[in-house]
Amino acid sequence: MNRLLLLALAPAALAGSAMAQTPDPHAGHAMPAAQPAPDRHAGHVMAPAPADPHAGHQMPRPAASSPLGSDLPVGDAPPPALPTQPAADALYGSAAMERSRGVLRLEHGGGRVSQMMLNLAEASLGSRGYQWEGEAWFGGDEHRFVLKSEGEGARAHGVEDAEVQALYSRPIGPYTDLQAGVRHDFEPGPSRTYATVGLETLFPYWFEAEGALFLSEKGHLSARLEGSTDYRLTQRLVLQPRAELNFAAESDRRRGVGSGLSDAEVGLRLRYEIRREFAPYVGVVWSRKIGDTADFARASGEDVEDTRAVVGLRAWF
Amino acid sequence: MRISEQTSAAAADLFPGPMMQSDVSRRQLLRGASVVGGGLAAAALFPGWAQSATPGLSTLATLSGEDIKLTVGHGALKVDGRESHAVTVNGTVPAPLIRLKEGQNVRLSVTNTLDEETSIHWHGLLVPFAMDGVPGVSFPGIPPGQTFVYEFPVRQSGTYWYHSHSGLQEPMGHFGPIVIDPAGPDPVAYDREHVVVLSDFSLLHPHQIFRKLKQQGGIFNYQKQTIAGLLAGRDQTLQERMEWAKMLMDPTDISDVTGAAYKFLINGHGPKDNWTALFTPGERVRLRFINAAAQTIFNVRIPGLKLTVVASDGQNVRPVEVDEFQIGNAETYDVIVQPTEDRAFTIVSEAVDRSGMGRATLAPRPGMSAEVPPLRERPLGTMKDMGMDMSMHAGHGGAAAPGVDHAAMGHAAAAPAPGMAPPRVRGSDEMGDMGGMQMSMRDPLNAPQIKLGPGVQTIAPSPTDRTGEPGQGLESVGHRVLVYKDLIALEPNPDTRAPSRAMEIRLTGNMERFTWGFDGRKFSEKPKPYALRTGERVRVTLVNDTMMTHPIHMHGHFFDLVHGPVGHMPRKHTVNVLPGGKVTFDVTGEAGDWAFHCHMLYHMHAGMFQVFVVRPLDGAAA
Repeated sequence: MNRLLLLALAPAALAGSAMAQTPDPHAGHAMPAAQPAPDRHAGHVMAPAPADPHAGHQMPRPAASSPLGSDLPVGDAPPPALPTQPAADALYGSAAMERSRGVLRLEHGGGRVSQMMLNLAEASLGSRGYQWEGEAWFGGDEHRFVLKSEGEGARAHGVEDAEVQALYSRPIGPYTDLQAGVRHDFEPGPSRTYATVGLETLFPYWFEAEGALFLSEKGHLSARLEGSTDYRLTQRLVLQPRAELNFAAESDRRRGVGSGLSDAEVGLRLRYEIRREFAPYVGVVWSRKIGDTADFARASGEDVEDTRAVVGLRAWF
Repeated sequence: MRISEQTSAAAADLFPGPMMQSDVSRRQLLRGASVVGGGLAAAALFPGWAQSATPGLSTLATLSGEDIKLTVGHGALKVDGRESHAVTVNGTVPAPLIRLKEGQNVRLSVTNTLDEETSIHWHGLLVPFAMDGVPGVSFPGIPPGQTFVYEFPVRQSGTYWYHSHSGLQEPMGHFGPIVIDPAGPDPVAYDREHVVVLSDFSLLHPHQIFRKLKQQGGIFNYQKQTIAGLLAGRDQTLQERMEWAKMLMDPTDISDVTGAAYKFLINGHGPKDNWTALFTPGERVRLRFINAAAQTIFNVRIPGLKLTVVASDGQNVRPVEVDEFQIGNAETYDVIVQPTEDRAFTIVSEAVDRSGMGRATLAPRPGMSAEVPPLRERPLGTMKDMGMDMSMHAGHGGAAAPGVDHAAMGHAAAAPAPGMAPPRVRGSDEMGDMGGMQMSMRDPLNAPQIKLGPGVQTIAPSPTDRTGEPGQGLESVGHRVLVYKDLIALEPNPDTRAPSRAMEIRLTGNMERFTWGFDGRKFSEKPKPYALRTGERVRVTLVNDTMMTHPIHMHGHFFDLVHGPVGHMPRKHTVNVLPGGKVTFDVTGEAGDWAFHCHMLYHMHAGMFQVFVVRPLDGAAA
């Protein structure tokens, strides 16, 4: 019987398709008798105008046209009270559903991920020095555990500077994380442990910045500011200026740190992103000890200023 | 027995000749040849309807009847010659076609042979809430080694699909089409039909993709703006770039996961596999497009053929003839094409960010191919995508001038057809001083219901109804593109009452953190569910406060877009909300608890998920 119906409809379909060359609002359908008469809105369907002129507005219209859904008056009924029990609990029991809801939350915003990031891992050309800076984090959107490490050394002298931070991190704005924890300096001696609190943020114009305060076990207060930005020259070639400034509230002579701005480092690195997460680079880094820190360095026969060319790798997984 | 067979019989009557028979035998010969030629048993990895060079659905075995058995397990998918791990249903990707008939009852037994929980959601089907297949909302899920029996009456007809709602199994292949034939005659006349399932597939595990997005939101974007591009006079001008950089917005952030990580598939076949659908010149061919992709919106076109859209989300619409349409994740469109020439046509499913495309062929004979168009230039976000409606400053204000529509206001008085706007002039998106107006991109007064936390990057200051627009990147493609406002329901709506109240839901997120949610909350933050009364008619407005398009799906309901005439508002289960845009629909509450989420699976996984609770239940669970 259905076959008969379709056969009966087929000629109409063919007629419809023949007419499809002209903009017929009903092309493509074999029109059943119940099809409502085309109204002015049906005409709008095929007209090249992108939109019905009345959509989205409440306005008087000629009585002849049928109203649009958007013209329907909207009541002000109060929303219903929330039910006391999820619907499926009555069928499967609250215990089974509660377990299942836990998984559901975990899989819809509650997941934990991690990242291991080597931001800088570089060697100086000529001087056999090396430098690293990296971090690892683990956690969800709200709570993260962060490990940071940075340092430098030279083939001849071994590690000259090395620190590790263990931090709890929490977002406090769309682009800003508050971080607090401990920092431990292994080198230069004597080793120091600090309590630390800091911010990581992204400023307008894609300027990434970090600032942290450190209070050592000896009561020395110091601070660090870091900033960088990426200039994307091509899809894979990125020029990154970055700077780091260290400050101290008072001198820590045994470690060669003077009060005020103690040192500054400015780098310009050009990386090639073979993949976003794997990018070798070359760069130039200039660093200088400043103020009392520079005096302490001169007194012990060290250089206060250094400019070096570096090659390195930025990578994460 | 099935109406499809009758359709093919009708086709045979209309176009007498031995074509069906000879096509089948030719296909069998080809398959034999490919096996001999070392083509492996690749054909066995696809269900019949998704095998290449098929004459159409009507001649192939599908799952139908009242008792259907499905087994979820591990398997393999071979794309463009490379095999990788997949989650399969009955051993195939895509899953088997389920063909039902309106008015029947169906019992679907789903057996889980994975070592993790699974589930199947019947996308777009009106089922009792307990049969909806969302673990944690409708039922507890299907544990490893167990079978769950879904049973429900089939209350509708059209093109739908099914997929896992557990973990991230859907991106690994756990999806398949559903076709439901109407109880009466089909108002859509066609001689032949093909299902065209669009998807995205990566060699990276979905959890790895998600982790990378969390580590750096733009990690898969290799179409960013560059200084080389600026010097060459491409993309935004310096002033536009500075304005966007000041707001920490990236106009090239169109897709989170791109062709850098994805192959775009058609019926499980890569572009080189060139899945082929057969036709005989002069036939009316019904193509049932389903976007089963995890994270990709597609632009679909068949160069050389007009597409007559006859249904959206399974619901018939008054026919609209277009050259191209954009299909959001989980949407379906039924399209009639009538190729009269004896030649091949390319079916193009271009990723919205133009980082790649799926490709298949519509051909009179197997082994043919047509020209594959090159990828078009990737689009750039505009101020409108940030929810800044610059026409607001042109004196529009609150009082609408009669006959002037928001969507049309960006253009000159005589608005061109969708898709045929003149190309945007470079530099025309500069904000300048915005007429002296200060426009905060994160003003809580614009949406008091939003929880203004780190997960909310922006709040659209003046979102607009963009349902008259063709979707990102299709404004000026030089031919007619479908817009939602073209869709008018063919059949009368079942509920034509005026809504008793209105509610607004904001789509929020933070691209830098890759967190997404509704009203500023991720689902993991235990937001209060949205509540409806059973049978209550409510007007819902979705406002997109983010810079990305979100295809929003409401389970268990069809909602009616309000641009349509009362009684013929188009009915959908999933709707794309353009960035800075809003979509308004009326919906009638169906008893139960229903998932409501973005169908970009990584947005959903990041928290863009909610629940509608509809009471009273009144035994609706049975």
